Parts: sequence; C-alpha cells; structure tokens
Amino acid sequence: MDMLLLAIGAIFVNNILLAQYLGNCPFCGVSKKLSTALGMGAAVTFVAVVASMLTWAVYHYLLAPQGLEYLKTLVFILVIAALVQFAEIFIKKQSKVLYDSLGIFLPLITTNCAVMGIALLNIKHGFGFVQTVVFSAASAAGFALAILLFACVRERLFISPVPSAMRGTAIALVTAGVMSLAFMGFTGMTN
Amino acid sequence: MNFRQTLTHGFWRDLPPFRLVLGLCPALAVTAAAENGLGMGLAVTFVLIFSNMFISLLRRVIPDKVRIASFIVVIATLVVLVELVMKAYFFPLSQQLGIYIPLIVVNCIILGRAEAFASRNPVHLSMADGLSVGLGFTMSLTLVGSIREILGAGTWFGLAVFSEGFEAFSFMVKAPGAFLCLGLMLGLMNAWSRRRGEIFIQT
Repeated sequence: MDMLLLAIGAIFVNNILLAQYLGNCPFCGVSKKLSTALGMGAAVTFVAVVASMLTWAVYHYLLAPQGLEYLKTLVFILVIAALVQFAEIFIKKQSKVLYDSLGIFLPLITTNCAVMGIALLNIKHGFGFVQTVVFSAASAAGFALAILLFACVRERLFISPVPSAMRGTAIALVTAGVMSLAFMGFTGMTN
Repeated sequence: MNFRQTLTHGFWRDLPPFRLVLGLCPALAVTAAAENGLGMGLAVTFVLIFSNMFISLLRRVIPDKVRIASFIVVIATLVVLVELVMKAYFFPLSQQLGIYIPLIVVNCIILGRAEAFASRNPVHLSMADGLSVGLGFTMSLTLVGSIREILGAGTWFGLAVFSEGFEAFSFMVKAPGAFLCLGLMLGLMNAWSRRRGEIFIQT
C-alpha cells in the first residue's frame, strides 16, 4: 500500500515537471509533435530508472562508507553521462528500431535535469532500494504523462490564432501553467 | 565581439532565460521569493565566470571528441564548491534552494556558454561573457522572484509591501504561477523587441 501511495504521489501530486519544475528544456523543446514526445518520454523513463538504481548503489556502497557524500553531485553526473553513452551503444547494437526512434534524444538526456533530479531526490528522501526503483519509475512515468498531454495540446495550439508576441515558448509556458493548475487538483489524493 | 559588447550582451541581447531560452528550470523553481532568485542567480554567476575561465584556459588541451564530458567535470567541480560554501555560510538559503543547487550542473546556460563561447575565445573575453550572462540571469531571476513574491505573498525580500487588508493570490507562489508569470513576461519582451525592430529569437 505504501508503494502504491508513493507511486501515485510521484506521478500526480508531485509531478516532476508540473510541480517540481524539473526537465523543462525538453518539455518546451521536443513537445511540438506527439511522436517525438513519446520518444522522449520513453528515453527518459529508461535512463531515469537505471540511473537511479546505479546512483543509489554508488552513494550507499561507495561514497557514504568513505564519508564522501559531498562529492555526490560530481559522481552522479559522471554516472549519468557514462550510462547515457553506454545505453546509446547498447541500443544501437541490439535494436535498430528502438535506436532510430530514440536515437536523437538519448544524448540530450545527459543534461536533462529530471534524471539528475530524480537521482538526488532518492538520496534526499533516504529511500531504500525498492522504494528508489518505484519512485524513479513513477516520477519518470509522470514526466512521460505530462509531456504527452502537453504535446497533444500543442498540436492543437499550432492551428490556433495566437497573438504574434505570444507565439512559441511564451504560449507554451502559459499552457504549462494551466496544466499545472489542473494537476494541483490532485493535491489532496495522498493525504 | 569586442570586450565592451561581450560585457553587456547578457543584459538585453542575450538575456537568459528569456532571449536564450535556456535554464528554465531554476528560473521557474526558485523564484517563489525574490531573495531565492537573487541567491540562485549569484551562485550561477560564480559558476559561469569560473567555468568559462577554466574551459577557455584548457581549450587547446581538451580533445574535441570528449569536450562535453570534460566541460561537465569542470562545471560539476565548481558546483560542489558552491554547494559547500553555501552550506557553510548561507545555511538557511541553501536549505531553501535544496536540490536546485546541485542541479546547477545540468543548467543548460552554463554548458551552452562553454560550448558556444568559452571553447573558442581567449580567457579575458570568456570571463567577461560569464559575468555578463550570469548577471543578466541574476537580474531576470530577481525580477521574476519579485513579481511572484509581491503578488503571491504581499512581501518583497521579506518586507511587507501592502497593508493588512491585502488578500495575496497564493497561486502566484505555487507552480502554475511560475509558468504563467514567465510565459507572460516572455510575451511582453517579444512585443517590446518587435516594437524596437529587433528580430525574434524563439520560434
């Protein structure tokens, strides 16, 4: 039951994008079409879950016993960068179809703050391993959900008459604000 | 660009996060209060000046293929430094900013300036560029923070602005207010630049 609560909380109530403001660059950048948003969502989910497991292990078995907790920022970003590079090579070798659909998004994920943010949040909340896996999968799913919904709105927005000064990023941010307002409606769910 | 232009381009022409649409996450996340915006901006400015300096010094040493990874190591080292200094001397602020301090590592402005400017310009110009873009970012963050704090909490840098009867719209200090405020400000800036006959940057 606690795990379910944790998952629902991470997907809806504390949505990583709309309540924690992480991962906004890809949110605004690649959400113009539904298909690319789907690719980005899938890529982030995959990397975030694996990265969280790795960084959790590195933090608890390597850094904490040596008293080197303050190096976590430096070590985590290196782990994530190496993982992304590795994932790219692995996927290219294993599945051409998946590589072609994710290909361009994978390198971008290194500097996606959602991945790094989830890894840091796991440590900050003091999660155990299972909780870490559930929390990162749910947070990443929340990211994918938000970016998919947003892509649908933006496809519709593209054919709407928007005042010229508001076109592009400006109207995207206002739309995200309205979506975030809708997500605030979930606030009572986990209490 | 000459020295003077480099020193001032971050204040309007390439003002982050509006004109360069980079670094949106901290701009949204920490601007619930003007003080947090100012603190975050100054932290980013520090990292930006010195990451530009080191990357510019090392630009002939770093091989082209691994440059992004090398830039990230330089930036991450500086961010760890900022994190420790903030914890030691500005403890309440560092608690307020929370995980957004380590997340300066993945702030795209810093990597963006390293790639676009510091890796191909001499040291003094790169440091000037870091200072300029960093102060521009600080300015924007403080401004967004002020607007949100005044409307959302009725205070400015913690001091009361309105009289007792003011009903604050707490919506502004929450997530939706951040998106809305930034979006509307971007729209205003676009309208203003168009009146001055400048070209749009975002599409």
